[in-house]
Amino acid sequence: MTVKSSNIVQAKTEQRSALSAPTSGNYLKAVSAVVWKDLQAEFRSRELFSAMLVFSLLIILIFNFALELDIKTRQSVTAGVLWATFAFAGTLGLNRSMAIEKDRGCLDGLLLAPVDRSAIYFGKVISNLVFMLIVEVIVLPVYSVLYNINLFQPGLLLVILLGSIGYSGVGTLLAAMSVQTRTRDILLPILLFPVIIPVLLAAVKASSGFLDGSDFSDILLPLNILIVYDIIFISVSFMFFENVVEE
Amino acid sequence: MQPKPVLLKIIDGLAVILLGVATYFALVKAPTEQVMGQVQRVFYFHIGTAWTALLGFLFAAVLSLVFLFTRDLKWDRFQVAAIEVSLVFFFITIVLGSIWARPAWNTWWTWDPRLTTAAITELIYIAYFMLRQGIDDPDRRARFGAVYALIGGISAPITFSAIRLFRTIHPVVIAGGNPEAQGGFSMTPSMLNAMFVALIAFTVIFIDLYWNRIRLGNLEDKVEQLKLKVML
Repeated sequence: MTVKSSNIVQAKTEQRSALSAPTSGNYLKAVSAVVWKDLQAEFRSRELFSAMLVFSLLIILIFNFALELDIKTRQSVTAGVLWATFAFAGTLGLNRSMAIEKDRGCLDGLLLAPVDRSAIYFGKVISNLVFMLIVEVIVLPVYSVLYNINLFQPGLLLVILLGSIGYSGVGTLLAAMSVQTRTRDILLPILLFPVIIPVLLAAVKASSGFLDGSDFSDILLPLNILIVYDIIFISVSFMFFENVVEE
Repeated sequence: MQPKPVLLKIIDGLAVILLGVATYFALVKAPTEQVMGQVQRVFYFHIGTAWTALLGFLFAAVLSLVFLFTRDLKWDRFQVAAIEVSLVFFFITIVLGSIWARPAWNTWWTWDPRLTTAAITELIYIAYFMLRQGIDDPDRRARFGAVYALIGGISAPITFSAIRLFRTIHPVVIAGGNPEAQGGFSMTPSMLNAMFVALIAFTVIFIDLYWNRIRLGNLEDKVEQLKLKVML
């Protein structure tokens, strides 16, 4: 009995300290809890992931017919085709990941949790990023096999990582806004694409630079733009996410 | 209903007069440019509208911050007015530029950094209005609008500098020369005069439209509140 009650007291004090003193450990715990929740829900349903993957393979197919991807054109447009594919498939994932929160009031439940709102933001960004990266990791070898281009270069993978970080950083914030509007899914690409253009532009430049085997000094500039964009937009989103989810 | 303030009436009149003066300066007073001929006269209004529209967008991004920190819906109405007037002005800038580009560059449009950024900026603020249309709650509408205007305001200059990786053919008439630019020219003093008259005229016209739009916004707000009162 005494052991039990002391346990309860201990648990309560722990809970209180979690409420009153948001230390970095608690913050990380909150972030990872959101990520874990999303990943687990996804691994059970596989709705989002399969939709994104099939959709991106279909886009590659469409590009094949739209652009007549023969050996010559392939060299010059591979980076563009890849990033267009990621951008379109990405909106699908972002929409879905926020829509499942909004339906059945899950978002309200999340917001009731006694954690900083930005922890929810970072959790969502990371889970969206993970979904995007998994899709990209599957699309890359498929594209390599279909078009006989080796896409597994460390430089290109770095570009894809940086581009995806910027994409899901802004995308998560805008998706949180668009699911709360009347037009919902339709609105996200309209909001997202005009502000994401620097990422796509720099990512395409850097990717094609790595694929062509350009000098690293030429690729440094788009890489820097990607890094700067990621830092600026993730900090802005981090600062203003609270304004987007409050009731 | 409040009567129109006297100062606003004065600015109304001043805007009309200044538009006439600026037109006179641009079409008659300024000399004809030697290489491009008459079409260069489009430049004065092109600069006037571009200058005010860009300042308006910048102002709107600042108002975003003011609104998000004060949460006073007044700033939201100020922001909507600024973006709406700027959107129209910037559209005029693009159309005028296109009219000039046809004879000067031999094409209506090129994917030059400035032109591309201008198109993207227009799209960002059209998206801003689409976002607002989809939300009924005025408080949420204001919050989302402010966040999006801020993100758009930061993104547009980054887009511009990112596209500058490519070469530009847009002439830089004021401060700075680009050897690759086509259609550049140096201005004579009377051309400068016409430009400054156009700048002042469009600034006043902008302020006039802006003020009227804010009044309209306030009236809309009042109508909405009265409707709510009737329903209750």
